[in-house]
Amino acid sequence: MATTTTKMISLKAESAEIVKPHTLWGDVWRRFRKHRMAVAASLVLLLIVIMVTFGSLVWTLDPEYIDIVAAYSGMTSDHPFGTDNLGRDTLARVIQGGRVSLSIGVIAMLIGIVIGTLVGLLAGFYSSLDNLLMRVTDTFLSLPLLPLLLVITLLFRDSLRVAFGPELGIFILTVVVIGGLGWMPTARLVRGDVLAMKEREFVLAAHSLGATNMTIMRQHILPNVLSPVIVAATFSIAAAIITESALSFLGLGFPPDFPTWGRLLFDGKDYLTLTPSLVFWPGLMISLTVLCVNFIGDGLRDALDPRLRKG
Amino acid sequence: MTQYFIRRILTIIPTLLAISLVIFAILDLSPSDPVGNLPLTIPPETREKIRAAMGADDPFFIKYTKWLGQFLINEPLNLIEKGTGITFPGSEDRLRIISWQTRSPIVDLIFERLPQTLWVVGTAYLVAIVLAVPLGILSAYKQYSIFDQIGTFLSIVGYSVPTFFTGLLFVVLFSVQLKWFPSVYNTTHVVTDFDSFVVQLRQIFMPVAVLTLAFTAQISRYTRSAMLENLNQDYVRTARSKGLNERTVVMRHALRNSLIPVVTLVALGIPAIFQGAIITEQIFRVNGLGQLLILAVQGGDLPTVQTLTFIFAVLIVIFNLIADFLYAFLDPRISYR
Repeated sequence: MATTTTKMISLKAESAEIVKPHTLWGDVWRRFRKHRMAVAASLVLLLIVIMVTFGSLVWTLDPEYIDIVAAYSGMTSDHPFGTDNLGRDTLARVIQGGRVSLSIGVIAMLIGIVIGTLVGLLAGFYSSLDNLLMRVTDTFLSLPLLPLLLVITLLFRDSLRVAFGPELGIFILTVVVIGGLGWMPTARLVRGDVLAMKEREFVLAAHSLGATNMTIMRQHILPNVLSPVIVAATFSIAAAIITESALSFLGLGFPPDFPTWGRLLFDGKDYLTLTPSLVFWPGLMISLTVLCVNFIGDGLRDALDPRLRKG
Repeated sequence: MTQYFIRRILTIIPTLLAISLVIFAILDLSPSDPVGNLPLTIPPETREKIRAAMGADDPFFIKYTKWLGQFLINEPLNLIEKGTGITFPGSEDRLRIISWQTRSPIVDLIFERLPQTLWVVGTAYLVAIVLAVPLGILSAYKQYSIFDQIGTFLSIVGYSVPTFFTGLLFVVLFSVQLKWFPSVYNTTHVVTDFDSFVVQLRQIFMPVAVLTLAFTAQISRYTRSAMLENLNQDYVRTARSKGLNERTVVMRHALRNSLIPVVTLVALGIPAIFQGAIITEQIFRVNGLGQLLILAVQGGDLPTVQTLTFIFAVLIVIFNLIADFLYAFLDPRISYR
């Protein structure tokens, strides 16, 4: 016994000079880098985020500035993305709209993931809650989402508009509704993993050491179910962005003078024959963002899957 | 297994009741006013009377049970009467679910709209299945080949680009620039001879193409991964090593097993046909079920929205059940208790 320990120590000391220790996230990053499309997508997405966040510092035209003479200008050097029917600059509006669309995607994702993880964790861990929570999840899964989203947004937007002001009210409503109707797949995923994890020896060991249920869930089970949750979170950002755009596109999202990518598409579609660029750029931004997020999700899934993990 | 199925069918009842209660409650708690769209010249007292006549002021549970009774008993009875010609007693004064907007029975409205939706979305779904399954098989069989890489890239693009963008792009390209196809779907068009058939084909092309792209991307992605999983299994190696030719190995052994999850996915997607791809119908002005829903939502027509949403929910539940049954029927490895 003693000899093996010293041997191991000496081995470790030798190899430490040659090989750097592998960390979990270092491994994930190494495998993620092999997925070339995912890396390219991350770069493009980073560019989009930078453009949306800091773009207004470089492109200083006011998105609300009305210049009726320059209406329908097409793509010129003054207005690279063209102008709308009131002569407002599309590039500036795309930059401003992107902020809203992206933050809706991220916040709706956070809401959905938090609820989903919580429900899944509780259902998987406490078998007394399992049946009830999964029935609720199944019921929510059977709801027709887009019709219900449309209805809820339409019906409650006036009261929220009064309570929080026109922009913030719709923002809160959209985010809560998309997140609140999108948590079910995560809950199922997490529950399945927790059920399997609960039976493992390390959980039993933690139990016998006197750890409370809270500690076991937080310290031992949650970190182990994190990777599928991260992948699901990535995909749900894409889904949330599409859903918000679809709502706006049906005219049920934000007020007209408050651009989001979907709203710009909705406003632009009436001038399709005059300036297609009005539809093209916001549509391209939505598609590109969603495409990048989906590629990153694919890459993350491959990188985080423990079955593919080698060495 | 029979026991499992019976239990499964029985659980549908509470699920549907719960869903109907949720849908009804959301709509009922909302501050929407059915007389909000009527002319402002109507005096408030008359307005109140109109509301009362619509039954909008009744307590919640009375409205709910009334609606449920009409939906579950009266409307099916009407359908049976129409279909078979038999008249049940009391058919004259049986109450029906009436739309607040058009003042006509909602079920009749739905049957007016259903054919258009089925034609456009159903065609797209069929074309997509026919395209996607071979594409997915080939892609998986030639994994990492150029064909596979292009195919996977295109399918993730088709899956990411939303239909409201592809739809508008198609309109710009094919209607505005090239003038090949009309951008508006004319529902009153009747096919009588070859020329009018061509007109029908031309007007149905764009909505079908947009939806086909989206469906194909989804199904082929799924087929590919199902096929890949099976091609790496031991039994495929066994089949090869006992000297079967490649065609038999792929088409008889791997494909059959890979199609099990694909069939369930296809079954699960069918409710979406009836929801009518709301956005695509809106872009191409197809007056199907999706458009009916949008109009009802915009007009604050609660009974129509409630009924439509509930019908969609019923379809989702039923097709979930069908998918489960198919799975059990097709895959003997799954055991049900």
